[in-house]
Amino acid sequence: MSNPPTELLPTATNRSGARTAVLPQAGGRIGLARILLSRDTVMIYALVVFVIFAALFIPRFASPVSTGFLLLDVIPALLIALPMTLVIITGEIDLSVASIAGLTSALMGVLWSAGLDIGPVLIISLLAGVLAGAFNGLLVAVLGLPSLAVTIGTLALFRGLALVVIGDNAVANFPPELTSFFTSKIGGTGIPTVMIGVAVVAVFFGVLLHFTPFGRGLFALGYSKEAATFVGIKVMRAKFWLYVASGSVSALAGIYWTLRYSSARSDNASGLELTVIAAVLLGGVSIFGGKGSIPGAIAGVLLIGTINFTLRLNRISDVVLIIVTGTLLIASVVAPSIIEGISKWRHTRRHRRQLPQASALGETRATASGVQERK
Amino acid sequence: MTMEFIRPTTTRRTRRLFALAAVAASVALVASGCASGDSAGTGSGGEGDLSITFIPKQLNNPYTDVVLGGGKDGATAAGFTGIEVVGPLEASASSQVSFINAETQAGTSVIVIAANDPDAVGPALEEARAAGAKIVAFDSDTNPKYRDVFISQVVAKDVALIQVKLIAEQIGGSGEIAILSATANATNQNEWIKFIEEELASNPDYADITLVAKVYGDDDDTKSFQEAQGLMQAYPDLKGIISPTTVGIAATARYLSTSNYKGQVALTGLGLPNEMRPFVKDGTVTAFALWDPAQLGYVAAFAGKALADGTITGAEGDKFTAGDLGEREIGADGLVIVGPPTTFTADNIDNYDF
Repeated sequence: MSNPPTELLPTATNRSGARTAVLPQAGGRIGLARILLSRDTVMIYALVVFVIFAALFIPRFASPVSTGFLLLDVIPALLIALPMTLVIITGEIDLSVASIAGLTSALMGVLWSAGLDIGPVLIISLLAGVLAGAFNGLLVAVLGLPSLAVTIGTLALFRGLALVVIGDNAVANFPPELTSFFTSKIGGTGIPTVMIGVAVVAVFFGVLLHFTPFGRGLFALGYSKEAATFVGIKVMRAKFWLYVASGSVSALAGIYWTLRYSSARSDNASGLELTVIAAVLLGGVSIFGGKGSIPGAIAGVLLIGTINFTLRLNRISDVVLIIVTGTLLIASVVAPSIIEGISKWRHTRRHRRQLPQASALGETRATASGVQERK
Repeated sequence: MTMEFIRPTTTRRTRRLFALAAVAASVALVASGCASGDSAGTGSGGEGDLSITFIPKQLNNPYTDVVLGGGKDGATAAGFTGIEVVGPLEASASSQVSFINAETQAGTSVIVIAANDPDAVGPALEEARAAGAKIVAFDSDTNPKYRDVFISQVVAKDVALIQVKLIAEQIGGSGEIAILSATANATNQNEWIKFIEEELASNPDYADITLVAKVYGDDDDTKSFQEAQGLMQAYPDLKGIISPTTVGIAATARYLSTSNYKGQVALTGLGLPNEMRPFVKDGTVTAFALWDPAQLGYVAAFAGKALADGTITGAEGDKFTAGDLGEREIGADGLVIVGPPTTFTADNIDNYDF
């Protein structure tokens, strides 16, 4: 599932590229195995297994009603996870997304209650998200400040602005046709109509990341900013536009949130950034940058969403939910290291046993692997 | 690392399989957690039986716990077989929606909710009603069109009147009094203060009482304490203080009990018995008022039962019996009043635990 087009390119951006070059005769099979058994694909299996399990064993889960409620709940996280995946792949982070959504929501409320038409209200709110993203982009990409610090700052700043804009009021009288459209389903499938829009955004980011030179550049950027600069990737521009994209999509999520709950408030979507980042990391995107995929991130969001939903369906407290999410996240980060440790130990053992014939070969390969294994 | 290059396919695949197994194991772990929780929960939603679910503003709030305690007692007494409490950990506007959705799917007969936002829960409640659930709002109302009845603690005016009555008794019907409130724009407090001022102005019994000051402790313990201190210095002839907020009355009582105004300046208002007990026992406070939060949950459960039975529809003039608390009538807009506030004195305070 992860960036198939880059697979045969023996560049620094692709860690299995080097291997393909070393063992060209096995290239095809490795490629397929890599796709079928990669970390993000495993998350998709986990999602499928869990959904099947829930459908079989959890009463009331297997119904179109579940699909509807579940998807309506996860859409904001799903939307924001898309640009977040790209941002994290470049080795940066954006913690201000939920605050941008809150600011958008507050702005929508104020503009709508001031008597503007819904069209301009939506456009201005979206623009606010674009500007907020551009502000992050300016600080991180252009001025080169660390994204963690910048977006912790804007997390507070944008939420504060939302409070300034709307105070502790709530605006609820949005046009009923619009709010009911946002909770409507496609026929009897239970799939919310809005999912069409979400799918379009997902395909856009998926294609951008996996099928364009820009997207491949982002992986390179995540591995090494300097190397990326040397091979001609416009680092500053790429990062700037990613933050703009992140801000814009967060604004979309804010608009969705406002209309789905028909309530514009300053505290809308608060805390969502952590849900999104947890889901994205669970979906196999490396927090150190350079690794990850859109399908994996989507699977991560849906897996957390589904677990969440089944727990609530069984009236298990949210306390359990946050413990489960936390544990899964840590497990997903720790498991690969443990597995790597075990396989290394097994290799060493086998290596010692076969010492005489393997040593010469092993040493020359080790140099190659030293370059290739850098993550 | 070296072997990886000698036999890349196998090792890589083994590693992936390990990863797959690890993830599958953790998923199974989570899943078994769900399954066990489920077996505990299925008994409650039996077919034909009536089930009730309380959705408070947030879980783990001491006041809410008392309300829910009363609710569970009421639901048991009213004959519900499935009684559940679910809710978010944070009292944010939209956090209750997915809980309502889960109840809709569970086919719960009665949903009792204290709304964090009157409108955000609307569409979800409409879906729940479409699926046959009865909606009882309590403590904090939803938009009236989304629920069948709203159970309110008390009538705002009664809260104001009882405080005026208590202070008048305690200062002997004449003298200067002051109000120590929460924040300057607190909706509830301002409504009560408005009624207090009207009552003082219009009732001839209170003609000799003058309200000399209104100060705001912002529901902050320290600020309230300092405001109480300030009142004593600014108005040496002050006879009594009304504090219509639990934080304010407790802070003022603490100040008075350690000063030489103890027993000289009367204090009343709205307080929690557990917080006020020491000050009632040591004579700083003779009497104060509050509603009993447990009764709110209790009445809500019986209202839910009456709605589910079809005894009432939520129309004005409908009547239902709320267990030990007797009959309640539904007023305009589906409003049900739990009852007059309770007055706490040294004689009865030990009967209450909240």
